[in-house]
Amino acid sequence: MNIMTEKALESAVSDKMSGTPNEIIKMRGNKVGVFYGEKQALFDVDLDVRENQVTALIGPSGCGKSTFLRCLNRMNDTIDSARVTGKITLDNEDIYDKNIDVVELRARVGMVFQKPNPFPKSIYENVAYGPRIHGLAKKKSDMDHVVETSLKKAGLFNEVKDRLLEPGTGLSGGQQQRLCIARAIAVSPEVILMDEPCSALDPIATARVEELIDELRQNYTIVIVTHSMQQAARVSQRTAMFHLGYLVEEGATDKMFTNPDDKRTQDYITGRFG
Amino acid sequence: MSLMLVFALVFVIGAVAFFIGRQRAAAHDNGKVKPHSRAHYHGWWAFLLATLPALLLLAIWSIGSSVYLNSHINGQLPAQTAESAIASRTLAASLTKSLANGLRKLEPEAANNLPATFTELQPMLAARGVALAPDTQDYMIPIAVDANRTQDTMQLIGGVLVLALAVAGAVFGLSKIKVRARARNNVERLILWGLLGASTIAILTTVGIVLSMLFQSINFFERVPFFSFFFGTVWDPRFAAAGAGESAGQFGLIPLLAGTLYIALVAMLVAVPVGLMSAVYMAEYASPKVRAVVKPALELLAGIPTIVYGIFALVTLGPFLRDLSAALAGGTSFIQAQSILTAGLVMGVMLIPVVSSLSDDIITAVPRAMRDGSLGLGATRSETIRKVILPAALPGIVGAILLTASRAIGETMIVVLAAGVAANLTLNPFEAMTTITVKIVNQLTGDLEFNSPQTLVAFALGITLFFLTLIMNIFALYIVRKYREQYE
Ligand SMILES: Nc1ncnc2c1ncn2[C@@H]1O[C@H](COP(=O)(O)OP(=O)(O)OP(=O)(O)O)[C@@H](O)[C@H]1O
Ligand SMILES: [Mg+2]
Repeated sequence: MNIMTEKALESAVSDKMSGTPNEIIKMRGNKVGVFYGEKQALFDVDLDVRENQVTALIGPSGCGKSTFLRCLNRMNDTIDSARVTGKITLDNEDIYDKNIDVVELRARVGMVFQKPNPFPKSIYENVAYGPRIHGLAKKKSDMDHVVETSLKKAGLFNEVKDRLLEPGTGLSGGQQQRLCIARAIAVSPEVILMDEPCSALDPIATARVEELIDELRQNYTIVIVTHSMQQAARVSQRTAMFHLGYLVEEGATDKMFTNPDDKRTQDYITGRFG
Repeated sequence: MSLMLVFALVFVIGAVAFFIGRQRAAAHDNGKVKPHSRAHYHGWWAFLLATLPALLLLAIWSIGSSVYLNSHINGQLPAQTAESAIASRTLAASLTKSLANGLRKLEPEAANNLPATFTELQPMLAARGVALAPDTQDYMIPIAVDANRTQDTMQLIGGVLVLALAVAGAVFGLSKIKVRARARNNVERLILWGLLGASTIAILTTVGIVLSMLFQSINFFERVPFFSFFFGTVWDPRFAAAGAGESAGQFGLIPLLAGTLYIALVAMLVAVPVGLMSAVYMAEYASPKVRAVVKPALELLAGIPTIVYGIFALVTLGPFLRDLSAALAGGTSFIQAQSILTAGLVMGVMLIPVVSSLSDDIITAVPRAMRDGSLGLGATRSETIRKVILPAALPGIVGAILLTASRAIGETMIVVLAAGVAANLTLNPFEAMTTITVKIVNQLTGDLEFNSPQTLVAFALGITLFFLTLIMNIFALYIVRKYREQYE
């Protein structure tokens, strides 16, 4: 009940916003294609990511969701065989331009992975890692502050405040994932990419992360890959449906889930796919 | 019946048992009851029952009959007389045995009418390519002939017994085949025992080596005090004085230990940084194509025998460093042709592939998720390596370095050729020094009696070295174990 009303409210808000000129496009993909060696995994994807909204990428396994997500902060550069074509912009700047520094880009577009991957360091050092690399905190007290606020934003602080110096790998799966979110937030990114962030979590931890995503939307732009239709419906304002490397359709979440244009979307959402 | 033939026949019986067993078990499977084990397990079990006990008996019989034959020959030898041409009874027995072996090479017809004296027999045997000691005596000929005859009977009886046992085993195994018989478990258990046996061999050998060295070392410490060996600073074994009694020489371990550690240290100073950096390059930066060439090339380097490195040090690097130092100092060279530096450098080069290939495996074992996590936060590659990958891989790398260090400590040939054999105690890396292993070789290659301290010291040195490397290896394993799960 509660969720429904909230969602109705959100969709009302987004409906009102869509089409209005002050809705800002944070990132824009233009004819994005990706090759792994000879094999093309993504074809001509045109997709906009709007500021301070959650964009969900859905679609059957292997359709290229992760591939597209990884293009947005050029993580595909780390795969030797991968090659990206087309154009992707962040604030109207081409991120594949020669003048763009990948390191800087990734500080602006952070990433949370499918499997929680805390470093084998203390909880504190995990969160402090990014700020330290980018020199965001000069003094120890500044760093303490950054770590604390990041952990608070990730909803983890109360659980770990007495054991900040213990290894991050000793946390539970759900806590580890929130630690990774805190780690991503700590560098103050503008966009946060999340690849199935809840797939390794139980329902309670999932609910916490979903809540968190909703709160983070105030300050960040979020792109999330998910296999859970309920999750997409609950947390996102916009949804993009992928199939076999193509973008099938994209639109306001509410509309996608009630009245999609494409039959494949309809089938996938209702679980009648393939 | 020759050993080989019996052996082959046992296997033939085993093979037959296997096929019959498999077929029978398959025939038993009528589809009503689910068989416990698949048909080939029954076959294998029948095979093992047929072959293993039979082979065991064969082994026991062979050993037993050769013992029996020995005492048989011994009993027939005439009593030792003072004027006997041969020093001892054991020697006479072994001469008889080689004579008996030689007789087997003769044609049957020649063997049937043997000459009575060895002087006549010798050319006949020599024509068949058998060379015998000249002090073989005439009286040995009938004994040898008799020994051969006894041996033949023994082999025949043994062969028949073994084959009978093989057949019995096969029949027994085949009779046990039922639908629910647990052949699979039996086979698996035997495999387990086989594997266990294989690993025990390595352990037992180690224990044997340690014990044999330990006894000789105790022997040594009865002659030379414990304290003056472990804390002595002078190495002067006085080969010339060996056996002369009062002055046994000085056996101070310190110069050798110092040399060993010093040369190993120089080697590690070369090998660790270079090896680590090349490992990082290969694991993190090299494209698959480069990696496919560089990694095998480096590993090839690890396969070069150390003596080749030693020769390089002796004829090329050593003289080069000496001449270089002479040129630098204007005339007098301050680096000797054989020096710690030369040995350390060459040994270091030898160890580079060891360090790099071990570390490369360890670095690539760090999960990709760690790299992605760091790169995804906007860290550069080198930051990722320094701050995430190397710390995560550190325990493994430390383990690899310690393993390498024990190789450096155990190395001999390079040191002999590059640093010499003089047991000095010095801190100057440009002078010659030597190591424990070199001295072990040195002490054992003289033609001294085996119970002089000059020789026995080699065992004391050996056991010291053994414990030195053992402790390092245990420490390495401990570190690797302790921190291994960290990123999992
Ligand atoms: N590193 C790679 N090398 C080669 N092919 C790859 C690689 N990564 C992905 N692919 C291929 O690209 C296609 C899209 O993969 P991608 O991981 O983007 O799918 P996905 O939509 O994220 O699937 P899932 O929901 O299962 O995570 C797949 O066919 C996959 O096999
Ligand atoms: Mg994926």
